[in-house]
Amino acid sequence: MIKFEINGRSVSVDADPDTPLLWAIRDEIGLTGTKFGCGIGMCGACTVHVGGRATRSCITALSDVEGTKITTIEGLDDQANHPVQEAWRNLRVPQCGYCQSGQIMQAVALLQDIPAPTDDDIDAVMTGNLCRCMTYPRIRQAVREAATAMTGAQDNG
Amino acid sequence: MLKTLFFGALAVGVVGAAGFGVYAYKPAIDPVTANQRAAFDPEVVEKGRVLAAAGYCATCHTAADGEAYAGNYAMETGFGTLYSTNLTPAMETGIGSYSAEAFRRAMHEGVDREGRHLFPAFPYDHFTKMTDDDVDAIYAYIMTEIAPIETEQKPNELPFPLDQRFLQAGWKLLFADLGRFEPDGEHSDVWNRGAYLAEGLTHCGACHTPRNVLGAEKTSEQYAGADIDKWSAPALTAANASSVPWTAAEFKSYLVNGTTDYHGVAAGPMGPVVHDGVRELPEDDMDALAVYLADKVGATQDDPAQSEVVLASLRKNQPDPQYRRDLGERLYATACASCHYNTAQISQGRPDLGINSATNLETPNNLIHVILDGLNAPEGIAGVVMPAFRGALNDAEITAIAAYLRDDRAGQPAWPNLAETVSDLRVNGPAGH
Repeated sequence: MIKFEINGRSVSVDADPDTPLLWAIRDEIGLTGTKFGCGIGMCGACTVHVGGRATRSCITALSDVEGTKITTIEGLDDQANHPVQEAWRNLRVPQCGYCQSGQIMQAVALLQDIPAPTDDDIDAVMTGNLCRCMTYPRIRQAVREAATAMTGAQDNG
Repeated sequence: MLKTLFFGALAVGVVGAAGFGVYAYKPAIDPVTANQRAAFDPEVVEKGRVLAAAGYCATCHTAADGEAYAGNYAMETGFGTLYSTNLTPAMETGIGSYSAEAFRRAMHEGVDREGRHLFPAFPYDHFTKMTDDDVDAIYAYIMTEIAPIETEQKPNELPFPLDQRFLQAGWKLLFADLGRFEPDGEHSDVWNRGAYLAEGLTHCGACHTPRNVLGAEKTSEQYAGADIDKWSAPALTAANASSVPWTAAEFKSYLVNGTTDYHGVAAGPMGPVVHDGVRELPEDDMDALAVYLADKVGATQDDPAQSEVVLASLRKNQPDPQYRRDLGERLYATACASCHYNTAQISQGRPDLGINSATNLETPNNLIHVILDGLNAPEGIAGVVMPAFRGALNDAEITAIAAYLRDDRAGQPAWPNLAETVSDLRVNGPAGH
């Protein structure tokens, strides 16, 4: 049994320790917002937060996350109204949508570390998140908009 | 004295007006019925079909959702909206009552069967150059092949006095050079054939020559380029803006296929000109048009394929080879930089690999171990993991990333036997955890 916390809830998963975290999240825990893309950590669709850091869950072994705190797209905000999600909706970023939960999780992690990223920063950090619909310009724009919203909220707070 | 001047001027005015009246007056030509028309030679009808296509009569004489040749196509002019007339052989509202003579007068002089002056939106100032035989062939085609359709003609929307047809005679007097095409002895027969077609039937100048305030083509600026239906009809002179000079071969390809290797495609108002129009002409005529246009545009014999402009554009078209040069850098951007990237300063949780011991040690082992097997929660930063790339990256890819970090980021001399070390550690290294 491997125990960890996911979206604030304690879980224990009875599976092979080598099972990719992604399968545990989707098949054992039943949270399917996180997607399978390439399976080799090259596309970013499976990105979740482990200990607050963006992590490719498809190549992370279940045994490696024992005792950690994990957040998936479902746990970002109760009402799905995290500023990054709002920016994503406002700018109609998703097209087919498949990569978007990974994109959003990566963008949230980016803004924690770099609250006011330049386009170069965004490109560098988000390059590992592929989008076959090529909605990259809107992703970049949404990250900037979310950064403004989050910085403003802090200033006003 | 003043009185003399006044009466003198009046006299000139009266005589002038009378003269204009005589000039402007055109008699009606008797109507004919279909039965009165002799049967036409099929060859003439076929020739007429080709000419009617190449003059794209149907383009302006067919409404957006209307029957072919039935008119009511709206033409937005600078003076108001005109609706084209019904060219089908319908007896009441078409041209079924036109004799060949009446049709010829319309084409050559811009006057309808009843003697009324036509508006110059109808390019009779070009068709006037056509031979009687060619005009008669179009007549034969329309009367034989086009189904008669009675229509309700939409009234033109022109302000007074522009709507006065007799005043069109004045426009004609001022601007229209009526008369058949006359060959230019300075040029070849082929050139002259092209000129005959371009200046008459295909009326290229109607769009490609700028017009004066009264809507007449400025003959001194033939083919200088003009705006048409909010598109730009490019200059067909030396002022043509193409970066690669036109050649006769390019013109021919354009007119036959609507496209060329070195220029744009036939689109917008030019679309029907090519695709419904001039391409119907026989090959000799296409050659002639190409020769004529090439002369007008000042074409050279140079092969566009060797043009420096073309070669430079092809070079710019090549992807930046930098993207392919360094596999390691590209893989790093995709697989590593989402975490291992910092902006102005290093933030915790984003280890900078250029200064990391793993990239600066004598051997690459530590770096390779971590890439292969990642870090679990108790290792490194507590509660944070790094995925294992063992199953994601092959030996060559891990080698490329390690070499990139060692060289570009750490600025250290290359590790000897790097590739072998990666292969060895993958197989023989202790399991990470």
